[in-house]
Amino acid sequence: MNVMHRFANPTRFLRLARVIQPWSMAVALVAIVAGLVWGLVYAPVDYQQGDTVRIMFVHVPAAWMALFIYGIMAVASAVGLIWRHAVADLAAKASAPIGAAFTVICLVTGSLWGQPMWGTWWVWDARLTSMLILLFLYIGYMALWQAFDDPQKAARAAAILALVGTINLPIIKFSVDWWNTLHQPASVLTLAGPKIHASLLWPLLFMAIGFKAYFISVLMIRMRSELAARRIRGLRLAYAAADTGR
Amino acid sequence: MNGFLTVLGHDVGLAYRQGGAALLAVAFFVVVVTLFPLGVGPESEILARISAGVVWTAALLAALLSLDRMFQADLEDGSLDLLAMSPVPMAAVVLAKCAAHWITTGLPLIVAAPVLAILMQMPIEGLPVLLASMLLGTPALSLLGGIGAALTAGIRRGGVLLSLLVLPLYIPVLIFAVAAVDASIGGLAARPHLLLLAAVTLVSSVIAPIAGAAAIRLALE
Repeated sequence: MNVMHRFANPTRFLRLARVIQPWSMAVALVAIVAGLVWGLVYAPVDYQQGDTVRIMFVHVPAAWMALFIYGIMAVASAVGLIWRHAVADLAAKASAPIGAAFTVICLVTGSLWGQPMWGTWWVWDARLTSMLILLFLYIGYMALWQAFDDPQKAARAAAILALVGTINLPIIKFSVDWWNTLHQPASVLTLAGPKIHASLLWPLLFMAIGFKAYFISVLMIRMRSELAARRIRGLRLAYAAADTGR
Repeated sequence: MNGFLTVLGHDVGLAYRQGGAALLAVAFFVVVVTLFPLGVGPESEILARISAGVVWTAALLAALLSLDRMFQADLEDGSLDLLAMSPVPMAAVVLAKCAAHWITTGLPLIVAAPVLAILMQMPIEGLPVLLASMLLGTPALSLLGGIGAALTAGIRRGGVLLSLLVLPLYIPVLIFAVAAVDASIGGLAARPHLLLLAAVTLVSSVIAPIAGAAAIRLALE
């Protein structure tokens, strides 16, 4: 709690961001390269799907990131709304495009996987439909930020929207259990533990860690630019006020 | 309760006196449903197959039409400020406005739906469940739409953004309602789908006043 309030100060946060960014970028690079090499070259082939199963090593971590980032956005929105935490608001704003991008990657790689596997580019089952809804929620969230002139009002409106949309997250996660879907049911994060073999699980985890570190690096970059943009706006307003007060 | 009823009565009376709200929604409903046979072709089997989805999608879009007027007019002439200052909780005001929207837009759509379903060659077995799904589902449309209307109140060109925000929230309502109707036509149980639809309505009746009140207070600043 104390930590959270400490980093409501943008300058202190920027110092933290500057420290974190190179490290997270390095972890991202190492983990993604390791995960890709392991997954795309060394992991065993599926007895039915052959080499096309290797799309999983991009598709599944991207899907995890899409949900994870929405969760981060919701938590940051809640913090910003409850405590008027300025940096939290900007963290939510900055993560939205990254989350949307991961959702698109998930949908596209899933579609590319579905064509050889299921014989169709798209199917309107529960998992795919709810991921598409997640994409629309991201886009609506970003559009709401743009729609207001006052950034503080925009932050609070967008926070309300993000919190209302959070109901979609458990729906996505459990959609494959609740409905009879074409999409594969939960194999990694189940109550009985992961159902896939270690030789496939490890590259998956490497890619997941790499994507998370990548998200953190890009988030730091975006937050620095958001804070800079906010400072520029403040300077412009002060200049305009001083100008008219002449 | 008193405040809730007052706001409700005021909004319904206003819509009634201004006229055209209910008629507009029904007219739009009819026009959109009419487009589908013209576009898809008049074969009865195809129309019967898509009838539930078409009727519900058109109802969704018709409900969307009058949403941006929910808070806009009161925000512009200052009555929303007065309501905020009154002892009536803002959540009750939002709930009353959603209820007024349902009475002036949702109910006429429910009345018109069976006629349009027959036009779309829906089998007779589907009609009772269609009515049930509309009774259970249209309040959710008004409530979820109220959240979007509150968030976009006072924004320029808020109407387009409103559709973008509200339609992802409408999708579960559409899915469960159409599943219920299709199940009853196919002889399967419609009850599970109707119960899920009722659950969506109940959850939105809790979330909408809270989120809407927060958004309105934001718009009034």
